[in-house]
Amino acid sequence: MHATGRSWGRYPVTTEKVITLSDRHAPLPTSDVPMLPLGNARSYGDSCLNDGGILLATRGLDHYMAFDPATGVLTCESGVLFSDILDLVVPQGWFLPVTPGTRFVTVGGAIANDVHGKNHHRAGSFGHHVLALELLRTDGTRMRCSPDENTEWFDATIGGLGLTGVITWATIQLRRVAGPWMSTESHRFTNLDEFFALSRESDRDYEYTVSWIDCAAKGNALGRGLFSRGNHAPASPDRRPAAPARRLAMPLTPPFSLVNPLSLRAFNQLYYHRQRKPVVHATTHYAPFFYPLDGITQWNRMYGPRGFLQYQCVVPPEASEATMAELVRTIAAGGGGSFLAVLKQFGDRPSRGLLSFPRPGATLALDFPNGGAPTFALLDRLDAIVDGVGGAVYPAKDARMSGERFRRYFPRWEAFTRFIDPGMSSSFWRRVME
Amino acid sequence: MQRVLIIGATSAIAEATARIYAERGSRLHLVARTPARLDTIVEDLRIRGAADVGRDALDINDLTRHEAVLDAAWTALGNVDVVLVAHGTLPDQKACEASVETAMAEFATNATSTIALLTLLANRMERAGRGTIAVISSVAGDRGRASNYLYGSAKAAVSTFLGGLRQRLSKRGVDIVTIKPGFVDTPMTRDFKKGALWAKPDAVAAGIVKAVDKGTPVVYLPWFWFAIMTVIRAIPEFIFKRVSL
Repeated sequence: MHATGRSWGRYPVTTEKVITLSDRHAPLPTSDVPMLPLGNARSYGDSCLNDGGILLATRGLDHYMAFDPATGVLTCESGVLFSDILDLVVPQGWFLPVTPGTRFVTVGGAIANDVHGKNHHRAGSFGHHVLALELLRTDGTRMRCSPDENTEWFDATIGGLGLTGVITWATIQLRRVAGPWMSTESHRFTNLDEFFALSRESDRDYEYTVSWIDCAAKGNALGRGLFSRGNHAPASPDRRPAAPARRLAMPLTPPFSLVNPLSLRAFNQLYYHRQRKPVVHATTHYAPFFYPLDGITQWNRMYGPRGFLQYQCVVPPEASEATMAELVRTIAAGGGGSFLAVLKQFGDRPSRGLLSFPRPGATLALDFPNGGAPTFALLDRLDAIVDGVGGAVYPAKDARMSGERFRRYFPRWEAFTRFIDPGMSSSFWRRVME
Repeated sequence: MQRVLIIGATSAIAEATARIYAERGSRLHLVARTPARLDTIVEDLRIRGAADVGRDALDINDLTRHEAVLDAAWTALGNVDVVLVAHGTLPDQKACEASVETAMAEFATNATSTIALLTLLANRMERAGRGTIAVISSVAGDRGRASNYLYGSAKAAVSTFLGGLRQRLSKRGVDIVTIKPGFVDTPMTRDFKKGALWAKPDAVAAGIVKAVDKGTPVVYLPWFWFAIMTVIRAIPEFIFKRVSL
């Protein structure tokens, strides 16, 4: 079946043949054109696309293989979604060791992008919690990879963007929790200095930290935002938990982006001022704390038919404060602003993967409606700043960085190429290898 | 705790249904042609919460083995509350037109074998005086269409057989549920171009479990197929014969 490929950013639009895998014991199909494993297509740019090639859809590989409720060790096929794992394990007192901002990702996708979450400063990235995985290559070989077996392949496959072969299954170590509740705090900050102070103070006592910043604010208000921190709560929280929110949906794609300079300024204003008090304490279910946007099905459609561009960068610790200020100023000056700007300090734990994105420093994630050339020019300006201080941009969210910059951001790319399956490629990879 | 027997347990709809029963803590007994594929499913259902999962291999067209397979299932489960009959193929209509052998083989898989199995099942359930037999038929059985009338006629035979069985067993405390899915995105329909009418196996499975719980006699899944098929059935034959569907 030929289909129009779209990633979560709905840009670019590609054409590929989709083949669904449903038996982990079966060999991969043979093909003259390059293939690429596809999870739940939540990468934003073109790293999960393969224009003119084949996508091997792994969602059919969705069986649990082993789960020990005493140790929290889970083995499952790679197409199992994080949302399904949570439904299974939270009632039994376990939680994902690391989770990104959506629970609609597959285990295979989480490994292939070595995803991170609000607990990076404590737990590192997802790859740190993978105990073993099986890699299936297009030539039919199967390899069990772990921190002790086929280690080089293990390190290439974590963050390997699906290029080393298909991950058929993985074993992960879950994290103990008492129940589904979180104790959370939200602190208002008025500038970036306050953010960095809050972050330093919080990283010791709070397992999860993340901030939203108002990217439309200028002048005195530049760098203001809300700092959110939290921990898993005891089984019966002392505060009465808020009722879960109703699920909303974007039923169709509007003919133009609902996100524009006007709506963006208004949203950011309101969001910042919605919190009246400088600090708000709450007990909430894990879903709104970790996955606020999962409550709106297909929220990505609000950017209209042209889609949007995500941009996530990391800058080294010594340059963090000055560089973040410069990035935020550059975005505000561009006038476009970003609907959602998320700021977080990564911890020092080195990532395992040859192409892993997380590294010590501060990370900023933004999204911009695709406004054509001016948007791309703004992102190039941001890239120049990030590149200048030795930072990096996240491939899972990228649809436009230059090959030259990719190779500087990921200096181990050359070592990685040795592990690429000759039958695999992606739109992203062809672009950055040009 | 419900005790559930599933025939054709490796089909995507059957597996999705089994997952719902597993999450409820049911005891399951799975029967399918390819035992290797069952291994994966059995382990998965145990982790999802099934109290116990048994398994057996059966080529549905080997009618002589039906009784033994049902004996084994009754022994494993003790008694049976729900039977889901979900085996089937999607025949290549053109191939069925070209070969009597293919046409008869496909009819056997999709109709004759089902009727044989239901004959035995009905008698067992009648003796027990309780339980539900749910069978996956199809909207294709509601009217013959050029694109798949071998499959359609087999499903029509099954639907009609179930109608009669329902009348017979309604006095005996046994519910017969006829399930008529529309287009479902499964490995069986891998090569079709998918549009807005296509449903996911999970959604169809949820509809099956609901229909079984309530003892709904006939259920279209998703519901809008009832409306579509009502219209299709109402088109007079002199017009219908010129339509390509």
